[in-house]
Amino acid sequence: MAVLEAPTLMPPEFKPMEAAIQLRGVSKVFGTGDSRVTALENISVELPYGEMVLLVGPSGCGKTTLISIVAGLLDASEGEVSVLGQNLTRMGGNRKVRFRGSKIGFVFQQYNLLPALTAVENASVPLLIAGWSRPKAIEKASDLLASVGLGSRLKSYPSQLSGGQQQRVAIARALVHEPRLLVCDEPTAALDAASGRTVMGLIRQVAVQPDRAVIVVTHDSRVYDFGDRIVSMADGKVVEILGKGQRPHE
Amino acid sequence: MNWVALRMLTGDRAKYLGIIFGVAFAALLMSQQLSIFCGLMRNTTSQIRDIEGGDIWVMDKNVQFVDDVKPMSENKLLRVRGVEGVQWAVRLYKGIARARLSDGNFQQMILIGLDDATLVGAPRPDRILHGELGDLRQPNAVFIDEFGWRYLFGNEPFKVGRTLEMNDKRAVIVGMCKCNPTFQTFPILYCTYSQAVQFLPQERKTLTFILAKGNDGASPESVCAAIHEQTGLKALTNDQFFWSTIQYYMQRTGIPINFGITVMLGFVVGCAIAGQTFYLFTLENLKQWGALKAMGVSNFRLVGMILLQALVVGLIGFGLGIGGAALFGYTFERVVTSTPPAFYFGWQIMAITAGAVTVIALAASLLSMRRVLFLEAGVVFR
Repeated sequence: MAVLEAPTLMPPEFKPMEAAIQLRGVSKVFGTGDSRVTALENISVELPYGEMVLLVGPSGCGKTTLISIVAGLLDASEGEVSVLGQNLTRMGGNRKVRFRGSKIGFVFQQYNLLPALTAVENASVPLLIAGWSRPKAIEKASDLLASVGLGSRLKSYPSQLSGGQQQRVAIARALVHEPRLLVCDEPTAALDAASGRTVMGLIRQVAVQPDRAVIVVTHDSRVYDFGDRIVSMADGKVVEILGKGQRPHE
Repeated sequence: MNWVALRMLTGDRAKYLGIIFGVAFAALLMSQQLSIFCGLMRNTTSQIRDIEGGDIWVMDKNVQFVDDVKPMSENKLLRVRGVEGVQWAVRLYKGIARARLSDGNFQQMILIGLDDATLVGAPRPDRILHGELGDLRQPNAVFIDEFGWRYLFGNEPFKVGRTLEMNDKRAVIVGMCKCNPTFQTFPILYCTYSQAVQFLPQERKTLTFILAKGNDGASPESVCAAIHEQTGLKALTNDQFFWSTIQYYMQRTGIPINFGITVMLGFVVGCAIAGQTFYLFTLENLKQWGALKAMGVSNFRLVGMILLQALVVGLIGFGLGIGGAALFGYTFERVVTSTPPAFYFGWQIMAITAGAVTVIALAASLLSMRRVLFLEAGVVFR
């Protein structure tokens, strides 16, 4: 079992006793009989607060399945999944939905912004889900969009924004409700190199906090430098966990 | 989140308008065809509604509807008058007469012969447009209905003294009244019973109906039963005669089937257009729905959002469709003035159409809901 240590720079008021994410013997199998596919096999890993962890590996190695399980979107076939101190394996469906809504932020590869909503309206959606009034949600989303450099594009629709700008709106949306876990799926895949670096820098700048965990699934070796840890996967297994500055074997 | 649902719905204008068009088209087609159907069915009963005064119609036992005339002997009137519970009973002729017009053409007329003494069954005073009801007692006098006048004389202004010829007898038009549109669209002539007999070819029996009224306090139904029991004649209240006439046309003519097919087509086309567009709209937004699901929107709330979208398109489509049908009826009544329009736009039409639109909206949303509910939130990562 690979254990990642908690970061050394911790504010005195925040002393988590456990890792942000703990996976013990997690397996995921799709289908039955001849169509049975093992997507994840006996994965045990602990990921700490306060770091950006990159999940890397070739296509089909199980990265997306793993973050889906961590985010409570899929159930593990076997093993224990604990996220932010909550055991997801034993959590009921409705509780899991509420848990996702309040504790987890998502950044998707294709942004998945609602095309009918403006940038600020898109960024305010998690707050609306949480039951905030629209004016208050818009106000908070505006502040956050300004902090990611989109203060002048609040009223723009996704179709009027570049890919990088859309991803910044998606980042604002993922963080507006102050989640403790940020899950990013290939956030730079649809962007050019410069925009990709900008986006990764932004995630690092605004999302990496001592009381927050960030997982980024990526194929993009150009952004490996942004990760504090790199979890390398192959064939449904974690093959190595590397520290900052280290590169996985290609 | 309701606001988000509405913005998602209206965001794609083309699809939004497409769904509304589907629902509106279905509502228009259904309500318009139903209105014409109900109008036609109501027209079959126009004489029952026009001939007022009595609350009981007595007729030969084999009569099935108001135009099914089976003459009775005059002594039946006396027998009805002798039934206990009958306050009064008068004779009424209702049938078809053939009139010769001044240009030599022939035209069939609905001839109504009223009791000479009382004129029971005559149009209400507020429906008399020209002349005095008492003028009917003048020799050869007839009242004509408004549509009948237009049918025979076009836009010529009404004037007393125009003549027709029926059974080689001269009929002088002395007044004009408003009548409900008829199913047969023939002009209606009112005259006294004794005059009506003169306008008809010689027949042994001419009494077609007896109009009666029950004693105060006696229910018309019980008086009808007593009349039937004691005379063997069929006796119906106004309401019963109204519905038995409609029932006859419903069962014995292809009208309900033809209109039913059109209404059903409207429903199916509406379902197809609205359902398919709404479903495609949901499919295209599947990733967005998945993202909302991933971000913590519960299935319950997603169902609420989809139902809200369906409710909005249903309401707007229904409003447009019903409005279109009402506009059609309004225009129809004003443009087509020579023949009476068959268009009845009652609350029942709106209720039925609303029910059908609800089914369309629900069917469309159920299809979409199924996709969204069974959507794995993990789809957003693919």
